[in-house]
Amino acid sequence: MTARIRTPRKPPHQTRTLVLDTISHAGLTLVALLFLFPFFWMVSNAVRGNNEVLAVPPRFLPTEYQWGNFAEAWLRLPFGKFFLNSFIVAGSVTVITVIVSSLAAYAFARLKFPGRESILVAYLGTLMIPQVMLVIPLFLIVSRLGLINTYQGMILPMAFSSFGAFLLRQFFLSIPKELEEAALIDGASRLRILVSIIIPLSLPAIGLLSLFTFIGQWNNFLWPLIVVNGMDHATLPLGLTMFQTQQGTSWNYIMAGATLSMIPGIFLAIILQQLIYKGITVGSGFGGR
Amino acid sequence: MADIVSTQAKATPRPRRRSKISAYETRTAFLFLLPSLLGFLAFMLIPIIASFGLSFTNWQLLAPPQFVGFSNYIRLLTTDPAFFTVLGNTLFFTVEYLVLNIVISLTLAVWISSLKRGQRWFRVIFFIPTFTPTIAVSIVWLLIFTPGGVMDYVFQTLALHIPNLLLDGKLAMQAVIIVTLWASVGYNMVLFNAALDLVPQSYLEAAKIDGASAWDRFWKIRLPLISPTVFFGTVMTAITSLQVFDQIYVITRGGPGSSTATLGFAIYTNGFQNYQMGFASSLAWVMFVMIMALTGFQFWLQRKWVHYDS
Repeated sequence: MTARIRTPRKPPHQTRTLVLDTISHAGLTLVALLFLFPFFWMVSNAVRGNNEVLAVPPRFLPTEYQWGNFAEAWLRLPFGKFFLNSFIVAGSVTVITVIVSSLAAYAFARLKFPGRESILVAYLGTLMIPQVMLVIPLFLIVSRLGLINTYQGMILPMAFSSFGAFLLRQFFLSIPKELEEAALIDGASRLRILVSIIIPLSLPAIGLLSLFTFIGQWNNFLWPLIVVNGMDHATLPLGLTMFQTQQGTSWNYIMAGATLSMIPGIFLAIILQQLIYKGITVGSGFGGR
Repeated sequence: MADIVSTQAKATPRPRRRSKISAYETRTAFLFLLPSLLGFLAFMLIPIIASFGLSFTNWQLLAPPQFVGFSNYIRLLTTDPAFFTVLGNTLFFTVEYLVLNIVISLTLAVWISSLKRGQRWFRVIFFIPTFTPTIAVSIVWLLIFTPGGVMDYVFQTLALHIPNLLLDGKLAMQAVIIVTLWASVGYNMVLFNAALDLVPQSYLEAAKIDGASAWDRFWKIRLPLISPTVFFGTVMTAITSLQVFDQIYVITRGGPGSSTATLGFAIYTNGFQNYQMGFASSLAWVMFVMIMALTGFQFWLQRKWVHYDS
């Protein structure tokens, strides 16, 4: 072992690979830095005076850092309220989706009943339906129910996910049946089995479904745009567009708002990168074949 | 007696199913499925049927809808001046974006997988925008593209004679494509990178010993082996890009003129700004048919390039 490490000289081709590796590494680092420029530009413009935003030539860093812009955007514009609305809507949709999908997935994976396959096929068939097709009739249904401009109207139509039921069904099928047979013989109810055996074993899949549902709803724009009037129930994306079109709103506050809206996604993408990486691999596993 | 005969007569045609499916289990399954089925009916199945029905009416929100037969579809195919522009814009966006997305994400995936260190960090950097709101991303890019903004400055400094992207009818769509690429290329990159990691190292070593160049190893070994994943990514990306809306709403509002008006944007403006819900529904069905057609076309095309043998 030691003898190998102490090999006196590297063969020439190894030196060549080392040089190529370094160049390749440096090249991609440069690409990544350019790629990150919009993030830098957003934050750099969020903390400067509005008169410096479109300065000629552009100023890459503010002359004076105005960190108070974030407080101003949070309190006065009011991105704090939009943040809360986004959180309420995305959080509620996530919780409902996970509960409803787990129940349905258990029925699909473990219970025999007439029409099981046809319902599953109907669920899968809707995966290609464009959202913009649904929003016109959904608007009609939600206004008939008197839920325009309410949290219920924002949450309920988004809380049904045929994808969620399908994803969890696939995962439940991979859990050995023997694990629940003993509990069934002891007289445990199906609900009890789902809650205390299946769900604890499915936390990676449920975590993944929660993560993608939450992010999907946090970033959703079309449905809030249609179902919400005015600022009281606006989510972050909707609030951002309201100020974008409003005369006299300053770019620096809008950039501060954009930064705030990106924080949860950036945070989750970084700390949960392993889960996301595995999840996307699984996603291609049943979609690609 | 009569009762027994009739139940028996009903029961005999399918004795095997009765023995397999217990009534109790069916009831349990129904209760488990109930919330999901209610959601499916109220927010998916009924809206789909309603949308189809509405596309044959002249519903304008205030007056009750009237059945008008195919006239919405006839209108968009014959008299509506904007329809073919919108259709062309949507196809133009989808084709250019799809090709660039797959080429760039595949290049990044291969590049990252060739590195000995730092793979995780490069992956996360390119992935991050996919987790941020498209609206926020678009507003940041709007500041970059806006007349007198940093993009114009870069063009000037490099002495490129390129007009402002947002003010030029021919270039505005390119701005939308750049933003969409930046926002979403990371997803396919991670997808393809994960697939590349699963290619057995021994195949590549063997080819290397036989003298295959890195270029050949990519085209003859790695790409064929990950082609099912590339196919999956292409299909999913095509479905979402035909629906493009958020970026256009923020960056161009369909302009200048109607040079960036896509189907998604036209459905929104017709339905929720002009309140022509019936006509907007017919446009939505055109989009659905396009999604089905493009997906079908890709499934037909895959026989020529996707390898399923492992």
